[in-house]
Amino acid sequence: MAEHLLEVRNLSVEFHTAAGVVHAVRNISYHLDRGETLAILGESGSGKSVSSAAIMNLIDMPPGRISAGQILLDGKDLLTMPPQARREANGRRIAMIFQDPLSHLNPVYTVGWQIREAMTTHGMPAEQARSEALRLLTRVGIPDPKGAMGKYPHEFSGGQRQRVMIAMALALRPDLLIADEPTTALDVTVQAEVLALLKELQRETGMGVLIITHDLGVVADIADRVVVMEKGELVETGTVRDVYKNPTHPYTKKLIGAAPGKGEMHIAQISGEPLLSVRDIRKRYGSFDALKGVSFDLRAGETMAIVGESGSGKSTLARVLLRLDEPDAGTAHWKGRDLFTLSPSELYKLRRDLQMVFQDPTQSLNPRMTVFQLVSEAWAIHPDILPKRQWRERVAELLAQVGLSVEHMSRYPHQFSGGQRQRIAIARALALEPQLIVCDEAVSALDVSVQAQVIALLDKLRRDMGISFIFIAHDLPVVRDFADYVMVMQKGEVVELGTVREIFEAPREAYTKALLAASLDPDPDVQAEHRAARLKRA
Amino acid sequence: MLSFIRKRSVASLISLVGLLVLVFFLSRLTGDPAALFLPVEASAEMKQQFRELHGLNDPLMVQFGRYVGDVVTGNLGESLRKARPALGVVTEAFVWTLWLAVITMSLVTAAAIVVGSLAAFRSGGFFDRLSSIISLVGASVPDFWLAIVAIVVFSVNLAWLPTSGTGSILHWILPIAVLFVRPFGIIVQVVRGSMIGALSSAYVKTARAKGVKAGPIIFIHALRNAMLPVITVIGDQAASLLNGAVVIETIFGFPGVGKLMIDSILQRDFNVVLAAILVTALAIFLMNLLIDLAYALLDPRIRH
Repeated sequence: MAEHLLEVRNLSVEFHTAAGVVHAVRNISYHLDRGETLAILGESGSGKSVSSAAIMNLIDMPPGRISAGQILLDGKDLLTMPPQARREANGRRIAMIFQDPLSHLNPVYTVGWQIREAMTTHGMPAEQARSEALRLLTRVGIPDPKGAMGKYPHEFSGGQRQRVMIAMALALRPDLLIADEPTTALDVTVQAEVLALLKELQRETGMGVLIITHDLGVVADIADRVVVMEKGELVETGTVRDVYKNPTHPYTKKLIGAAPGKGEMHIAQISGEPLLSVRDIRKRYGSFDALKGVSFDLRAGETMAIVGESGSGKSTLARVLLRLDEPDAGTAHWKGRDLFTLSPSELYKLRRDLQMVFQDPTQSLNPRMTVFQLVSEAWAIHPDILPKRQWRERVAELLAQVGLSVEHMSRYPHQFSGGQRQRIAIARALALEPQLIVCDEAVSALDVSVQAQVIALLDKLRRDMGISFIFIAHDLPVVRDFADYVMVMQKGEVVELGTVREIFEAPREAYTKALLAASLDPDPDVQAEHRAARLKRA
Repeated sequence: MLSFIRKRSVASLISLVGLLVLVFFLSRLTGDPAALFLPVEASAEMKQQFRELHGLNDPLMVQFGRYVGDVVTGNLGESLRKARPALGVVTEAFVWTLWLAVITMSLVTAAAIVVGSLAAFRSGGFFDRLSSIISLVGASVPDFWLAIVAIVVFSVNLAWLPTSGTGSILHWILPIAVLFVRPFGIIVQVVRGSMIGALSSAYVKTARAKGVKAGPIIFIHALRNAMLPVITVIGDQAASLLNGAVVIETIFGFPGVGKLMIDSILQRDFNVVLAAILVTALAIFLMNLLIDLAYALLDPRIRH
């Protein structure tokens, strides 16, 4: 039997923490051949990154410990190799790229130096490494590669940084490339470009690619086979198409079922006066035009999704509407009164009508306050809403409404999962009985299955309480499931505004079409069609 | 980068001027220099003569105006005790202090970086625990006590080294060794903390994935990033040495600027006091500029 390029056999890794032993992965096995792409699919806490860290010898021991198993690279066990041989395999035989290229590139050295180091550290002469680095930067599509050699990581965009990481990883033509969530932090169009680049480079070099992701769309786009992990165990494996079409394990079924973008689209009913009427908002930061005249209307109970890539101005718009930032020009009439001309005391009264849920609940919830304090703080600020003796009762009600329970009241944010924290943030927003909630990427950081639950919760609040939403997102499938109207923004301008059906089924503008085309579909067949269509256009 | 330095220079110059004003008036308001300088039995005439000779009868503002004019032209007056230009007296002493500070801080920095980095690399290990104890003791031992013990042990009992004064390389060893201890203890702890953060950073993970050896990972990848907070502390410690290690210079009879300042204050030799303060303040101002420059050199994000 021919040996696989990589074979992980019965690997178990545990971490010894103060709270006890955590079994990060238990008895998992998989293999990967040259020229093949294997995806490890899992949500946070599934242990999907642990086996790759073990392959690269990146697990800190202690607290980590590989308690059992083998990792065979061309039939030789990496785990029993001497440290010297192990180190030499890194970079030369196996290379890795990571989720957040900004923090994974050393901020104080030029990218040229960092790419050269990948080669000189394995003995390549400096001159040769220099010309190789230049060739690599050119190959991964960095503009002005000569000049780029002398620049620092912070001088590049997110997509370019990931290209630099790829250039660095591929410097010595490794046999195996491990990509840990390589496109999660990138915009959809950039994600599509980076995935396409990885595929091209794989064709050129014949390397095996191990991609770790939480995104079914990424799996559908790039992988040949997939391994599904849950809580440290491997629950299902097979070709991408088989696993997607005929999942056998309940967890896989749940993951596929939770993937957004398949439900019925909302049908917007145009009726009634606008609750919020925004006209020609402009905002400038120095010489940068963040908003160049944005206008829209929103009626009670409606959801307006704002989609766009980084730098499109979507978050600035949210901040301006909530008066967290002052606009340079424009009006925003809330029930007939211009928000931007309100005095501080009028604004204070209005605050309770307009609430915001932020992207990262870990940062937006004060870690030293209990859930009860977090939710009831709103009433301490607005004492007319609720007398103090009813606070406990009402907090319990709100927690029930967002799917948490009474005993959670005395706990602190760190004792909850990401999805639960976002529910707390929503309960806090609801405490003021708002009429409009602005969600700034409120579900982006959540696992797919949790995301689906939070979206369902928001949808229920809209139906039951008639709350309007401004829903800022970069993830189009989520928008498709939740929005009534969609506003597409690019570089501070509204590119296209229409009902969710209009935007998703008959987009008019080229930019909207490009966004939709770049968005990944979890169905491998559909995604293959998308990719073919993209390539044809390009 | 240039405008950054210019801004920092202007800000420091303003505080330099403020310091000058403050010290000048304080030194004139703590008593009559003539009464203190001349013997108790000196006659009123002699005092009057003395005041006229040194312009002490003029209104304070006039004296101050004259003083500022002199400072600008580099004339800081005569030392009342030594009958020599005050600036000369001070620079002579300051050179001693500067050497002491430069040698000590160079040794401290090199040693603290190596010890702190290695402690961080295997944090929790034997070497880390050992260096923690040593640095904690070093940071907390009073230097005057250490100086006296060192003299007793090395000069009196073992008779290896001279007790005080200057003249040979041997005279430098005890003052440097004693001054070394506290900044070393403090900086080791800062280096260790900063390095632990840098070594667990994402870019170090990337370096390990590239197959970089442990040495370059510690001293090239992590250290340059970890140095930013360390440099601030090095600056603080160096400043306190430049001010003149008053107690240590006195104990070892070392003719530095700290000892000179104390002597001049006791003798109301205010021209020398003012000159000393001006020179050390200028030195500290230059050193802060150097530190800002070092920041910008180490971190390209500051340069832009």
